[in-house]
Amino acid sequence: MSDTAASGGLLAPTPAQTIGPFFGHALPFPDGGRIAPEGHPDAVTLHGLVRDGEGAPVPDALLEFWQAGPDGNPAGAPGSLRRDPATGALLGRDGAVFTGFGRVPTDADGHYAVRTLPPAGRPGAAPHLAVCVHARGLLHHLFTRVYFPGHGAARAADPLLAALPEERARTLLARPDGPGRYRFDVQLQQPADGSYEETVFLAFR
Amino acid sequence: MTAPASPAPPLPAPEPAPYRGAPARHPRRPRHPLDIRTDPEAVELTAPVFGPADVHDLDADLTRQHPGEPLGERLTVTGRVLDRAGRPVRGQLVEIWQANASGRYAHRQDRHPAPLDPHFTGVGRCLTDDRGRYAFTTVRPGAYPLPGERAWRPAHIHFSFFGTAFTQRLVTQMYFPGDPLLAYDQMLASVADPAARRSLIAVYDHELSLPDGPLCYRWDVVLDGPSATRTEEGR
Ligand SMILES: [Fe+3]
Repeated sequence: MSDTAASGGLLAPTPAQTIGPFFGHALPFPDGGRIAPEGHPDAVTLHGLVRDGEGAPVPDALLEFWQAGPDGNPAGAPGSLRRDPATGALLGRDGAVFTGFGRVPTDADGHYAVRTLPPAGRPGAAPHLAVCVHARGLLHHLFTRVYFPGHGAARAADPLLAALPEERARTLLARPDGPGRYRFDVQLQQPADGSYEETVFLAFR
Repeated sequence: MTAPASPAPPLPAPEPAPYRGAPARHPRRPRHPLDIRTDPEAVELTAPVFGPADVHDLDADLTRQHPGEPLGERLTVTGRVLDRAGRPVRGQLVEIWQANASGRYAHRQDRHPAPLDPHFTGVGRCLTDDRGRYAFTTVRPGAYPLPGERAWRPAHIHFSFFGTAFTQRLVTQMYFPGDPLLAYDQMLASVADPAARRSLIAVYDHELSLPDGPLCYRWDVVLDGPSATRTEEGR
């Protein structure tokens, strides 16, 4: 802690380490993927696969989603986990409050699903969710974003999408997959045969 | 189109290094730099919020989550969570998980033939206080062998931190001083910088100890990543 980084007197950050294989009894919580309040008419399902560079599904990833609400407000709210004061049991959400946070492990097939409310866009920023991907073997978690179809003008003006070549930007776009359903796959690594495009991961500055 | 030129950041974020345990999981491409400070409303400059209802008092004491007493040396692990400017990160969720005193996780896929402890799950949570402090009471985790390797992991506790910005998210591992296995651990060696590596090792803090109390370890943490408060200062 007394180590001050060479630049600008900032403290050196604590390095990240892999989440390892054994987080499954610790980090997921009940209804972690049910970000939308129960029965909300605008709720959509976002689902997909996490795949590695051999095209194999990744069964031990943990995906975290963070987003603004349908009003565009990214303030969030507590109440994602909720503990029962009497039994100490992990209760999960109350079904009424929109907390903006979701956390889901992939299942044995490498698949995940969340149910949420698409956030509002802003001038110059198309609606999107922030995503943090953790997985056994990744030394450092990976950040990415999920954008939604439609919103053509906002997507054209979005600073991230506009900075990417078309085929790269496409990896950040969920695709329609039936009424109220969107598909978003996370490709951790480009396969040697190029069969899947590697997802764009972000380094925030 | 190409990214607009942006000023060099104070310190580049470290690229994930290849990990030989799961080579097909590492992106081939460099991460796309996104200067988030140019968009003060970016969602990643805010973070999930957790409140008193999200944690139970007993969540921070891993020795009292079951009717009986777990095996192992009693420990307090405490420290402060700071941003890179040294400001306390207040009211944020800290989560831990660890093996029991024998080196076995309460996870059904852990096949290490060390005994499970019916009185220890090894999962804890707390919120940081007004000074950014967290504290857990637990037992010292045992070392465990890596399947198929001539190596045991040194004793460690897995930690997860949230900051005031989603960009500050951190998952890492805390180690114990004086452990002979530290010198041989691939995971610790994946941190190239010796000072950064040392920063993952807690200190034994005799000053914190109380009569009949647990062994006390102190471990402070600095969250990386731009945050909204830093943007305000930079204006
Ligand atoms: Fe471990």
